[in-house]
Amino acid sequence: MGITFRKETFRDDFTFNNSPEHIRRFPFPFHEDSYMYAVNIEPHVVGPKGSVLENLIDVDEHYVAEMQDRALVLAEDPLRCQSLPHMTLAGWDLLELLMEQQALGYPEHFTLTRDGDRWRWINRPLGIDDTFTFGDTSTLPYGPMEYITRQSQGDFCILDQRDGNLWMDAGMVTTQADWSLDFDIGMNFFEWHAPVPLAHEKGIFVRALKFLTNIQQGKPARRLNWTMTINPRLDTSPENYHKWGPDRATVTPENLGDKVHLRVELQSFWRLPRSNGIVFPIRCYLIKMGELVTQPKWARRLHRVIRDLPEELATYKGLTRYRPTLVEWLSKLDDGSATSPGFGPD
Amino acid sequence: MSTGTTKLDVVVSDVVPVNELVTRFHFRRRDGELLPTFSGGAHVVVEMRDGDRTRLNPYSLMGSPLDTREYTISVRRDDVGRGGSLFMHRSVNPGLEMVVSYPVNLFSLDLRAKKHLMLAGGIGITPFMAQTAQLAGSGGNFELHYTCRTASLGTYADVLQERYGRRVRLYHDDRDERIELDRLLSSQPLGTHLYVCGPTGMINWVRERAAALGWPAETVHYEHFAAPQPGLPFDVTLAVSGKTIRVGEQQSLLEAMEAAGVDPPYLCRGGVCGQCETNVVSYDGKFIHNDHWLSEEDHRSGCKIMPCVSRFEGKSLVLER
Repeated sequence: MGITFRKETFRDDFTFNNSPEHIRRFPFPFHEDSYMYAVNIEPHVVGPKGSVLENLIDVDEHYVAEMQDRALVLAEDPLRCQSLPHMTLAGWDLLELLMEQQALGYPEHFTLTRDGDRWRWINRPLGIDDTFTFGDTSTLPYGPMEYITRQSQGDFCILDQRDGNLWMDAGMVTTQADWSLDFDIGMNFFEWHAPVPLAHEKGIFVRALKFLTNIQQGKPARRLNWTMTINPRLDTSPENYHKWGPDRATVTPENLGDKVHLRVELQSFWRLPRSNGIVFPIRCYLIKMGELVTQPKWARRLHRVIRDLPEELATYKGLTRYRPTLVEWLSKLDDGSATSPGFGPD
Repeated sequence: MSTGTTKLDVVVSDVVPVNELVTRFHFRRRDGELLPTFSGGAHVVVEMRDGDRTRLNPYSLMGSPLDTREYTISVRRDDVGRGGSLFMHRSVNPGLEMVVSYPVNLFSLDLRAKKHLMLAGGIGITPFMAQTAQLAGSGGNFELHYTCRTASLGTYADVLQERYGRRVRLYHDDRDERIELDRLLSSQPLGTHLYVCGPTGMINWVRERAAALGWPAETVHYEHFAAPQPGLPFDVTLAVSGKTIRVGEQQSLLEAMEAAGVDPPYLCRGGVCGQCETNVVSYDGKFIHNDHWLSEEDHRSGCKIMPCVSRFEGKSLVLER
């Protein structure tokens, strides 16, 4: 059986859509009718069947189209993928993790066979069948991190742990919400989080770093983050701001249901066994307002969250320009009745 | 985060006396699967069921990280310690089913280093066994200086010399051989990282000389083998759980809490990782701080204690647990 992969685009004609099943499995990030930062980290364990947590590394109907979009981004700008020289071992760690998890979760699409350090990797959706020597970079067409992250949904930051801090020393970042690997590479945890408002004052990053540096092998953790994006663009990078920034001025009540997307990042954190680094996959899920409001609970709750969002956060997330239009549009779907607890649709 | 690490069900597959003080233990997974991969410098916490007592001691993994069919640790017998090493030496035989934690690395290699300069004292050799195996497998540049009391107590010195030849240099106390530390530290190429594991005196000496000779702190790595020290029994009130417990002479405060059903988080049980840090509500007496986690200021303030290694003497102690 397996997944039916959609043919769709995240640029130009923007044909991206979610199927009805994928709308219901969308990782809606608000468990109550308001939002504020918190250290909302929890163990990354397998969740209910049919949810995005059914497998620890999720593969969905957008897989093939997302990998094609990534290849286009990399062809235009190779600096979206970088690995400092000491991070090659961590790249092998990541290759093992992603191959194992994808083969475990989706055996009809991916197969990993190991004979000592001789490995064979079959990726049927992308038509790949490669045999290589684990640990020997010369046996792969790319470095290990680039090889496997060209075949895995989501962005990946690999963090080196030293001196009680985490350092962004490698990554594949093509589906980001307005930040740049090329700018952040080599920075430590506090440096790359410097632009985030409010959270520093709350001591969130000090506590988060303490938690992350103690992440243990076999015990990954996760959190959700969110923002909004106009048009279903995966690549909203600072490098391409001239392409997507002006989109924010194009929102009207008539096109909003199709243009405005809630963008949710499922971020997970894993200790890498050989390098003792941490990998931080940032998996991006998009849903257009027209799709989201097919779930009445989500429509009511999103209205209240966006309406009451502190100004600093709205600015940081880039919502300022179209927020009044969006609140007005959502208010028509909010009858004022209570929303049930939890994230899921009713 | 929940208490401790994920556990592994293992069986003792071999017990090998190495010399008059040190014995090596091999563990395999009970289900026959491979053990989790680890990085050089990692340790596991071994659970010892000794009658009605449970001891949890950390030991460095000393096998090659490239081979995870088994984990190996080496335990030095400590006749005046709290009994963990004696239990391992006397009561752990092949076939015994035990539980160990997933590997945790608090003494990791800095893979940016152009060269790794390693200094080991006594049983402090064990993390370097795994680190040298890891580096040798990837063509890494390292040099190991190893001090031991006598040739016969030079645990694995022969193995290391056979594997790495001139990259290993031995020093025997009984022959008055000493590391020429200042010369060694002054003659390293730029980009060298320094690692030291051994007795506290040696670690302090190396750190002090490295600092005096201008080594940046980020390039100096050390691992204390801080086993909890025995001491006078003392009573503690745990304010949150509403319990009063007695910490026995051979028990750590952390172990006494666990025996009373209170489970603070932990990773290293050696005063390094910071997980079990506990706030002091009130006290009348004096702390015996043995950890390497809290700052001197924290120690002086009387506001915090690391229950894995530190003790207390006095009239009363109330903790926020």
